[in-house]
Amino acid sequence: MGIDLPLIWAIIIGFGLMMYVIMDGFDLGIGILFPLVRNRGDRDTMVNTVAPVWDGNETWLVFGGAALYAAFPLAYAVVLSALYLPLVLMLAGLIWRGVAFEFRFKAAEAHKPFWDKAFAWGSYIATFFQGVALGAFINGFPVADRSYAGGALDWLTPFSFFTGLGLIAAYALLGSTWLIMKTEGDLQRRMIALARPATLALLAAMAVVSLWTPLAHPDVAARWFSLPNLVFFSPVPLLVLLAAWLLLRALARGAQATPFALALFLLFLGYSGLAISLWPNLIPPAISIWDAAGPSQALGFTLVGTLFIIPFILAYTAWSYYVFRGKVRAGEGYH
Amino acid sequence: MFGLSALELARIQFGFTVSFHIIFPAITIGLASYLAVLEGLWLWKKDTVYRELYHFWSKIFAVNFAMGVVSGLVMAYQFGTNWSYFSAFAGAVTGPLLAYEVLTAFFLEAGFLGVMLFGWRKVGPGLHFFATIMVAIGTLISATWILASNSWMQTPQGHEIIDGRVVPVDWLKIVFNPSFPYRLAHMTIAAYLATALFVGASGAWHLLRRRDTPAVRRMLSMAMWMLLIVAPLQILVGDAHGLNTLAHQPAKIAAMEGHWRNVPGEGVPLILFGLPDMAAETTRYAIEIPRLGSLILTHSLDGQFPGLSEFPAADRPNATIVFWSFRIMVGLGMLMLLLGLWAIWARWRKRLYNSRPLLRLALWMGPSGLIAILAGWFTTEIGRQPWVVYGVMRTEHAVSNHSALALSTTLILFLVIYVIVFGTGVSYMLRLVGRGPEAHREPEDATGDAGRRPARPLSALTDARVPAPDLSTDRRG
Repeated sequence: MGIDLPLIWAIIIGFGLMMYVIMDGFDLGIGILFPLVRNRGDRDTMVNTVAPVWDGNETWLVFGGAALYAAFPLAYAVVLSALYLPLVLMLAGLIWRGVAFEFRFKAAEAHKPFWDKAFAWGSYIATFFQGVALGAFINGFPVADRSYAGGALDWLTPFSFFTGLGLIAAYALLGSTWLIMKTEGDLQRRMIALARPATLALLAAMAVVSLWTPLAHPDVAARWFSLPNLVFFSPVPLLVLLAAWLLLRALARGAQATPFALALFLLFLGYSGLAISLWPNLIPPAISIWDAAGPSQALGFTLVGTLFIIPFILAYTAWSYYVFRGKVRAGEGYH
Repeated sequence: MFGLSALELARIQFGFTVSFHIIFPAITIGLASYLAVLEGLWLWKKDTVYRELYHFWSKIFAVNFAMGVVSGLVMAYQFGTNWSYFSAFAGAVTGPLLAYEVLTAFFLEAGFLGVMLFGWRKVGPGLHFFATIMVAIGTLISATWILASNSWMQTPQGHEIIDGRVVPVDWLKIVFNPSFPYRLAHMTIAAYLATALFVGASGAWHLLRRRDTPAVRRMLSMAMWMLLIVAPLQILVGDAHGLNTLAHQPAKIAAMEGHWRNVPGEGVPLILFGLPDMAAETTRYAIEIPRLGSLILTHSLDGQFPGLSEFPAADRPNATIVFWSFRIMVGLGMLMLLLGLWAIWARWRKRLYNSRPLLRLALWMGPSGLIAILAGWFTTEIGRQPWVVYGVMRTEHAVSNHSALALSTTLILFLVIYVIVFGTGVSYMLRLVGRGPEAHREPEDATGDAGRRPARPLSALTDARVPAPDLSTDRRG
């Protein structure tokens, strides 16, 4: 054979979750920015920029879950039951956020402020608990006899609380730069003003996580700070600084699409850094992707279809974005 | 909570969330196909009534679809969060099936939904029709995969158990397991039936309020034709499904029939009504029709099938529940058939649109398809107990190690959120139905130009009562 199926699947799932983070990231970011924008027309415009695509964006989260289930059932079982409460809260947030997309246009006038609040709160809660889940994942899970052996509240640590806040900053940056690209006028100026502190907040969060993780986990420190790894991995933090600097400059000169592209790049770098820290564990600290993989009959069967279908998915997703391209104007485009 | 064990709470939580969920995809499946038919008829016949109906139902579809998406998201994670031993044990089969559902169905639906709902003026009519068809096909593909997975849990085959977990051996056997074709046909038809009844009730409601427009008449008429065709078909498929269940899950059939023991040489009666008593191993207050049970299930007058007493007590599903859920489903199915027949008779007598008793029945039957779907799923899922994978893994061995406290907390959270969110959503859907299809104004420049691309997909949902100040200035002509 010689095909390393678990490795390929780890890459596919990593890709799927990254697609989710960046795509639903800017959807959720719009909800996070909601409390900072009071004008109803502006809020409508903000929602309108993502209304045609949010559903597809969220599908990547379902894909991540399903692919993990298919390829690494052990990890799906252990990680999801360990993260039971934060994931339920994340789902609750996504429910409120998702229906608010529809309901805030459908509701009677008196109920509209309620659904605006539901949209914002749902986005905050979903994002925060995604970040908490990420932090808990980095911290790792005790496993005994192929199942989760920790307590129901083990996920609640200062570190996971911090990663929750960090992800809010990350999505706020994605949301604001997306809106810089998709809007104009006053709203765009607001977003440029907000993107700057969001960039700095994300940068600070990345710095803290980058220090906290190796300090708390000697094995992570060993991976980063041993030679020759240090040489290979050093471009990641350097590129983060470069991208953040370019992003701030692009904001200053009023660039339209560049800030969003650089925000995506920043997120990608942060994601890569985490991947380096955790590799090759799927259930940190000790269970690798090869230990957690399901039988090769399952991985192979699913891989054939996945490799065939994903290009089509990317193609029609891109087409949909193309159909709804360009600036979204206030009050534009009923029907 | 209420002295329930963690296992019971986990089952209630799954049952509650999946019951809420199934309502939305059932309507999504039916409405997506209905919309494809409407758009096809509009393009073919250029009759504006079809376009009017398309726009009317696509708004309701959009609200329904969103609720299906968010309630389905919960399901995709619940296998791992609540049933981790099942996931770790059987994930090699159920995981790939779910992954294929996401890849071939969810992405397809979501990818074309934006264009379908909001691209009416942004792409050409052919491309728009294509998007609608893709969404409709996506819903059917989705049903296929998830029912393959569920059917494998009911009638597992094509796998081996190695080192305490399931290893897939023959994927064709896994997907095309014995109960799959029956379940797929039964559920797809059920979705079409439920949608036809919902659409029919909407038409009847408007006619009862004397809002007699061509569009209202057309939707009632189409719904009643659909009912006439699929209600009898469903009864035939249901019968075949029952025989298949008898072959593979005889304990389920015994529980559904409240049948405890055979009398040598005598046919099995059909118990119309009664109260199965699990402890006493008998069905109390039974009203029976002699030999009819044999006739239905063995297609002979004195054929026998196993009674529930013949199975070890630990392997028996709860007959009290499935006996009744099955009767609710069948009873509603018979009423659907009656409605279909009455409607064709009224049509022949030219009274379809003004027979008030008929319209009232059609209105009251509006939710019956969904109730029948829930009753049917209760029957097949509770009838599968005590197994999660039939004959292979018991439900009690599948559940995660959460405390009753954690499960109670999340259950209350789900109860509150679902009732508020989906209760509100359903009320919005019904309000849209209540507004009725109005003549849909088509812009003169249907092609549009780059500067006028509608940016708000959800604008398809905008309530007419919502002040949309820029609408008039934006619309040229």
